[in-house]
Amino acid sequence: MQKSGEDLQPIHLSLTSDLQSVDQAEESVMSRAESVGFDEDARLDLGLAVREAMVNAVVHGNKYSTEKKVKLVIQNSVDNLRVTIVDEGVGFEMKAVPDPLDTQNLMKTSGRGLLMMQTYVDELSVRKAAGGGTEVIMVKYLA
Amino acid sequence: MSLKLTTRQVGDVTVMDAVGKITLGEGSSVFRDASRELLASGHKKILVNLGEVNYIDSSGIGELVSAFTTVSNQDGQLKLLSLTKRVQDLLQITKLYTVFEVHDDEANAIRSFS
Repeated sequence: MQKSGEDLQPIHLSLTSDLQSVDQAEESVMSRAESVGFDEDARLDLGLAVREAMVNAVVHGNKYSTEKKVKLVIQNSVDNLRVTIVDEGVGFEMKAVPDPLDTQNLMKTSGRGLLMMQTYVDELSVRKAAGGGTEVIMVKYLA
Repeated sequence: MSLKLTTRQVGDVTVMDAVGKITLGEGSSVFRDASRELLASGHKKILVNLGEVNYIDSSGIGELVSAFTTVSNQDGQLKLLSLTKRVQDLLQITKLYTVFEVHDDEANAIRSFS
């Protein structure tokens, strides 16, 4: 039976820095999104946004280090799903990321992850985490 | 489901039928290996059928761009066929709709190769 967001406890995961964790995070978020009533299109949006954030955390943040973890928190309220992803890397400046829509960057083979996150969730916050690394918070609202 | 690719020849055009996801890891490497093998074996007119692909991440987009650039640099052509709504939207979002030639009909797409 479908539960409302209020009935579901937050999920806290500490994930290893590898691509299996990317899949695990994506599946966990999409599964929770289904539980609280997001339609398939919205679940795919969330899954892609989480995938992009996790890839950034694992590949660019933790650089696949076996000694570093990625923290994933999935929370619900009545009308939204909030995902927090924190890595243990050195962090980065949003302003330093080249605009993937600039003509000179259009044919680059990477650099579209943030654009896709911004597109597929309703709210996106990227900042340096308190203990170092990068904290990404994404919120998607039920239609 | 990860990515499954099959290729078939229609005249001098190679059609790559893709089914599944093109995402970082197995999906993107399957696509990269297949497109490199086609080029290495002299196939320079490539039509990528994405009719059964509903999920592409930024790494998958990067593989499409890389294949397009590599084929173009060797005087070849790489075009896309039968985009799902989500992949169409993704190409709009990334402005790559202006780069890729996209067709809805396979016969017309085949004819469009010079």
